[in-house]
Amino acid sequence: MEKVTFTLNHKRVTLETDPETPLLWVLRDELGLTGTKYSCGMGICGSCTVLIDGNARRSCRLPVKSVIDKEVVTIEGLGVDGLHAVQNAWVEEEVPQCGYCQSGQILNAVALLEKNPDPSDAEIDRAMDGVLCRCGTYQRIKKAIHKAAEEVRS
Amino acid sequence: MTSQSNTLNRRDFIKLSTGSTAALVLGLSWSCDGNRVAKASNATFSPNAYLEIGSDDTVRIVMPRSEMGQKIYTSLPMILAEELEADWTKVKVIQGDLNEVFGSQSTGGSASIRTQYDILRKAGATAKTMLIQAAAASWQVPVEKCYASEGVVYHKDSKRKSAYGKLVGQAAKLPVPTEVTLKDPRKFKIIGKAYKSLDGRSKVDGSLKYGYDFHLPGMLTAVISRIPRYGSELEGMDDSAALTVPGVLKVVKVSSGVAVIAKNSYAALEGRKKLELTWSPGPHASLNSSQISADLNQALDRTDAIIRDDGDVEQARRSATKTVDLTFEVPYLDHAPQEPNNCTAHFHDGICEIWAPSQNPGNGFNAAKRITGLNDHEIIIHTLRMGGGFGRRLQADYVADAVEVAQHSDSPVKVIRTRDEDIKNGFYRPASVHRASAGVDQNGAVTFWQHQISGPAAGWHGMITGGATEHAYAIPNQKISYSMSDLPVPIGAWRSVANTQTAFVNECLLDEIAIKSDQDPVELRRRLLKDHPRRLGVLNLAAEKANWGKKLPDGHAAGVAVHKSFQSYVAIVAEVSQEKSGKIRVEKITAAIDVGTVINPDGVRSQVEGGVIMALTAALYGEITIEKGAVKQSNFHNYPLLKFSETPVIETHIVKSMEKPTGAGEPPVPPTPPALLNAICALTGERITRLPFS
Ligand code: FES
Ligand code: FES
Repeated sequence: MEKVTFTLNHKRVTLETDPETPLLWVLRDELGLTGTKYSCGMGICGSCTVLIDGNARRSCRLPVKSVIDKEVVTIEGLGVDGLHAVQNAWVEEEVPQCGYCQSGQILNAVALLEKNPDPSDAEIDRAMDGVLCRCGTYQRIKKAIHKAAEEVRS
Repeated sequence: MTSQSNTLNRRDFIKLSTGSTAALVLGLSWSCDGNRVAKASNATFSPNAYLEIGSDDTVRIVMPRSEMGQKIYTSLPMILAEELEADWTKVKVIQGDLNEVFGSQSTGGSASIRTQYDILRKAGATAKTMLIQAAAASWQVPVEKCYASEGVVYHKDSKRKSAYGKLVGQAAKLPVPTEVTLKDPRKFKIIGKAYKSLDGRSKVDGSLKYGYDFHLPGMLTAVISRIPRYGSELEGMDDSAALTVPGVLKVVKVSSGVAVIAKNSYAALEGRKKLELTWSPGPHASLNSSQISADLNQALDRTDAIIRDDGDVEQARRSATKTVDLTFEVPYLDHAPQEPNNCTAHFHDGICEIWAPSQNPGNGFNAAKRITGLNDHEIIIHTLRMGGGFGRRLQADYVADAVEVAQHSDSPVKVIRTRDEDIKNGFYRPASVHRASAGVDQNGAVTFWQHQISGPAAGWHGMITGGATEHAYAIPNQKISYSMSDLPVPIGAWRSVANTQTAFVNECLLDEIAIKSDQDPVELRRRLLKDHPRRLGVLNLAAEKANWGKKLPDGHAAGVAVHKSFQSYVAIVAEVSQEKSGKIRVEKITAAIDVGTVINPDGVRSQVEGGVIMALTAALYGEITIEKGAVKQSNFHNYPLLKFSETPVIETHIVKSMEKPTGAGEPPVPPTPPALLNAICALTGERITRLPFS
């Protein structure tokens, strides 16, 4: 057990934990933030994505000690006043089916738009390719990313 | 008003329902409960089990089925709200727990809309009728002079009005009518509109809780080290190392393996890694997929039963000018919902309380009963939200896990599965092989059709034959038969069940005969379906929207398939191209669907998109294989899903119809792979008969 400190959703948090615990389980079991999902546990699907210093990272195999002093944003902390533009676009386009993969999809899209505010279809394909959705919502995700990009630009 | 107790048994319900629409009366008889009405008259009005209106105008609608991504959380309330003339902004949805009043609560067979439509319309209309009666009585005007709209009752002449919330006390005292008038569908205001999901926001802000997220104070988490091969048994166990892992509390044997109960998920997972278990080889240690395939192929030579026998196939085969003989084969498939299976159970106060993300809480209830020996009233099961289901969560194995593990604890226990456990312990779409043939005469008329199916069916041939006899092609001589095998690999309903196999066979066989006899695949289908307007309707719509017959870009080709399942009709036109590497690219899917009256067109579109992707995944990659008596695949690297960059444009066209509504969850799946394979054949000349093909 060690003390681990990082910024979570814009607030400093310190907790006593096994530093090897994957961030996913710290978020879900110790901090009660269940918006970050477990699906493959092997870094393959992207359902457990969070933002670490603005980059999309998979939390299921990432020991919590590696985020010490970093900024972690989960789906719960994404919107500052109300929903983020990407979340709004998701609602508008009715993207989610079951919804289980969607926090991962949204955070990957947010990270993409941070770097590339006007991505082409091919760039979206590349950035989102490893984020899996068993329900098959890809077509709507693409549309929603374009919509959010437009929203952010205007 | 009679006084019925809350514990009406099924026989009483049936008695009460005699002579009237059973399901609605089931609901209404519940409302005849004296206590419920007395309580209701204070602040709420609940004329039946499906809704409750509060004095603050809130309309709480109970959804009696389970939500897993098919959006019935919105479409079922739309039906009730339509007849209630509700203010949609005041609607709140409550997930209905297992309750006899709702009849079967199994969510499968694309049946939610189909079976609940009349019930929910009547439930809404009943409440509206009573609210209007209450208003008319208080204004002392004739009922006929009043009407309701958007949660308010109006008196036509005096322009008086009253919101539903103000009328609940009065309405609750009225007798519940048994006969009510339903709206003329041409006056629908909600049904048929693309309404946004009522839970849409909760799916993008992380607030929606799925089974995996469920939490109770003091709850423990457990994972199971599972039986590694079919039929193998535990021979030895050393849990000493596991018990030293901080947070691990207990190690217990259960029927599916050895469970590690811990304070949290990570501790349970770490503890499981340290278990030392020895297992017997068991009776199936040499079972493998090639043996299964060989056995199923051999069983093709045996006929257990003939399920369609028209005319004389042998005679027609002899006189045919051209014949096609093909053998098709498909593997086992896992559902792999994005959320792995899980369930929470707690034994307290002499009861077993269960929280199950389940498509079939009744099945979980029965499992709990079998395990605990408790009485019906000592088991409570709540339905939680699911991250996908696709048929997997019709089973109760994960409920049984939670009940068995929780028996060893005073605290609530959530039993979670990791992805590998979930993939390796599935109830798979059966593997099957099919010998199929067809022939034409000199005029190009299809004269015979023969289809022999062989697969594991767990005693119910529908698991492998469903849809085989329902192709509707006007062919005079037909023989369809099967042979069933027993295999230790568990099987279950996978999104559209056997239609995945039979549509593949039917639609590829027909395509092949069209090619062999030099006929256009759409034209041939039109001729053979001329007496089936709804099949023709989707076929023509898809062909038109896909510009069938028009020239495609160089290196592109199109294929078509049409199939009816679960009383809905879908035609697919697939357009493909080939990369230099030889890899096939699915460019576009044009889907036409006829689900009768459409409740939420956007919901239908999203189910078509999802069904198409799941079907493409199956055709390209889906394969569960058996090695040494166990499933070989373990995660998305060896059981891959279609990716973003492989997703075609999917265009959905919905047939306008006043027919009874039917479901959209499964029907888009069956025709998609054959349309794709027919397109590939048109492009490359290669007839693919084994899936997956990439
Ligand atoms: S759960 Fe982390 S990538 Fe799948
Ligand atoms: S919406 Fe269900 S897995 Fe993506």
